[in-house]
Amino acid sequence: MKPVLSIRDLTVEIPTRHGILRPVSGVSYDIEAGEILGVVGESGAGKSMAGNAVIGLLSPPAHVARGEIHVNGTRIDQLKGDAMRRLRGKEIGMVFQDPLTSLNPLLRIGDQLTETMQAHLGIGQADAQRRAIAALEEVGIPGAAERVNSYPHEFSGGMRQRVVIALALCAEPSLIIADEPTTALDVSVQAQIIALLKRLCRERGTAVMLITHDMGVIAEAADRVAVMYAGQLAELGPVREVLTTPHHPYTHGLMGSTPLASKGKARLHQIPGAMPRLDALPDGCAFHPRCPHAVDACRADPGPRIDTGSARAACLFPLVQEGVA
Amino acid sequence: MLAFVIRRVLQSLLVLLVVGAVAFSMFRFVGDPIDNMLGQERTQEDIDRLRGQLGLDQPFVVQYVKFLQGAVQGNFGVSYRQGRPVSDILMERAPATLELAAVSGVLAIGIGIALGVFTAIRRDGFAANAIMSLSLIGVSLPTFLIGILLIYLFSVELGWLPSFGRGETVRIGGWTTGFLTESGLKALILPSITLGLYQMTLIMRLVRSEMLEVLRQDYIRFARARGLRERAVNFRHALKNTLVPVITVTGLQLGSIIAFAIITETVFQWPGVGLLFINAIQFVDIPVMAAYLMLISVMFVGINLIVDLLYFAIDPRLRADKTAAH
Repeated sequence: MKPVLSIRDLTVEIPTRHGILRPVSGVSYDIEAGEILGVVGESGAGKSMAGNAVIGLLSPPAHVARGEIHVNGTRIDQLKGDAMRRLRGKEIGMVFQDPLTSLNPLLRIGDQLTETMQAHLGIGQADAQRRAIAALEEVGIPGAAERVNSYPHEFSGGMRQRVVIALALCAEPSLIIADEPTTALDVSVQAQIIALLKRLCRERGTAVMLITHDMGVIAEAADRVAVMYAGQLAELGPVREVLTTPHHPYTHGLMGSTPLASKGKARLHQIPGAMPRLDALPDGCAFHPRCPHAVDACRADPGPRIDTGSARAACLFPLVQEGVA
Repeated sequence: MLAFVIRRVLQSLLVLLVVGAVAFSMFRFVGDPIDNMLGQERTQEDIDRLRGQLGLDQPFVVQYVKFLQGAVQGNFGVSYRQGRPVSDILMERAPATLELAAVSGVLAIGIGIALGVFTAIRRDGFAANAIMSLSLIGVSLPTFLIGILLIYLFSVELGWLPSFGRGETVRIGGWTTGFLTESGLKALILPSITLGLYQMTLIMRLVRSEMLEVLRQDYIRFARARGLRERAVNFRHALKNTLVPVITVTGLQLGSIIAFAIITETVFQWPGVGLLFINAIQFVDIPVMAAYLMLISVMFVGINLIVDLLYFAIDPRLRADKTAAH
């Protein structure tokens, strides 16, 4: 079966006065129908930028400079204007981080749902209204038939994120890009939203790109995980394997800095230093200045690229035999 | 909602009383109307008699209270200069000013919002930048100069449009209108552009900056991510969100269009209340000045009330906690 989303060698560039920045550089991965790919990394690692590139919402001057993006077998990275607009919502849905600001405060949520469906599905007002209520019921909004006429401010944060998910899914896209969908929510609500997203995508066979910096969310929801560092893919693999036996020293460091109840009161490990700025990337492996295992070779050779499935980690000396500290 | 309206109306009455009091306390510094009313051949006796008749020998508080007593019954006194009831004179002059203000207002709001949206959406385009640069002229040139330049170009040089007056008017009941004759419409063009240009550029620049702000919001990105058409994103989602601050300023600007029609009316010899007021000041025609100032305050206060009510119509968040907000 063809993957729903297939990214090959995706490179996003931002031309600036001081040279060209590459917030996403040579990234390749696939997402199958019904699969949830978690994309993790620190702020500025390029995970959101890659998501924006897929849905065609990079803010200029950022642009896709190299590589290909295929959705359901169709190449989409060269589509412009109205052709791309038709795909947004219909083929690719997106859920943003903050449900408080994602909804237009002046429009009823029912109107926001129906306008989305009418833009893509060619259905009438009455039909759209019926489907809007069904969509709200599906995301677990109680009293959907009345609530469809409410304004966004009349909902709590968690309920609003449910509305946002209903909006992203209402034209039945085959791919959802969820950009930090739980970061702005209370911890108690986070698990509900993740469970909802997981259930809806399983039922419909929707592929999900789940962008987050929260390892807990990844462990809970994702089937596979892509670890990004300084715009590059550091490690890609099934979530259980990557979390328990990371191959890339950066992933290992990330896992070490996540608090776990099982580790008791042991001091959390920190990765020394900070992610390099995009205009000052080191030669060779981008992680080598912070890597405890770096040798001279790492300063020259960026390591194997993860695009053929042959390598799991973009590291010359992966930590295959080591487990989590 | 009703409680809010009642409270606002009471506040408005208070504002009117204060405006009237301030106005009356200042009239004595404008000059002595008696000088103008009696000719050179006058005796001290004549002066004292007339002053007594007009009540000008009384303290301003008493004059003010008498004015208020008359005003609540619709009686604004008799003009010193024309010897006719002020309310008649105002009714005669008001249509000219209101028509001029209405045309200017429609031009300012319509073109201002359209250009504001255009320059925000195409903000790096050549046309948008050209419009923005030109708009500086509208903001910075004084009204009388714009009027004189327009007269020079279109009346003197090209001879297309009249340089003064209202043209022919048609009388409908108590209202005279220039909308129904060709010369009346022609006569409206230059004064309404002169009067509305500043407001138009102001509204345009405001709409543009608000629109740019709104276009950065998450809900606009989300609207795009849902694949809505550009037109729907720009007008249904973005423009509506820019309207609340725009309405505030626009409302006040409409008030000032009426109030500051004085200058335009003077330049174009437009027979409206502004010109009436200028003439009244020269003659120290206190009843006319007082009635005009009260009329302008009523308009400002009324527009403010309408603006506040429009907020409720546009923004559902205000409707929800209207009791908490006010």
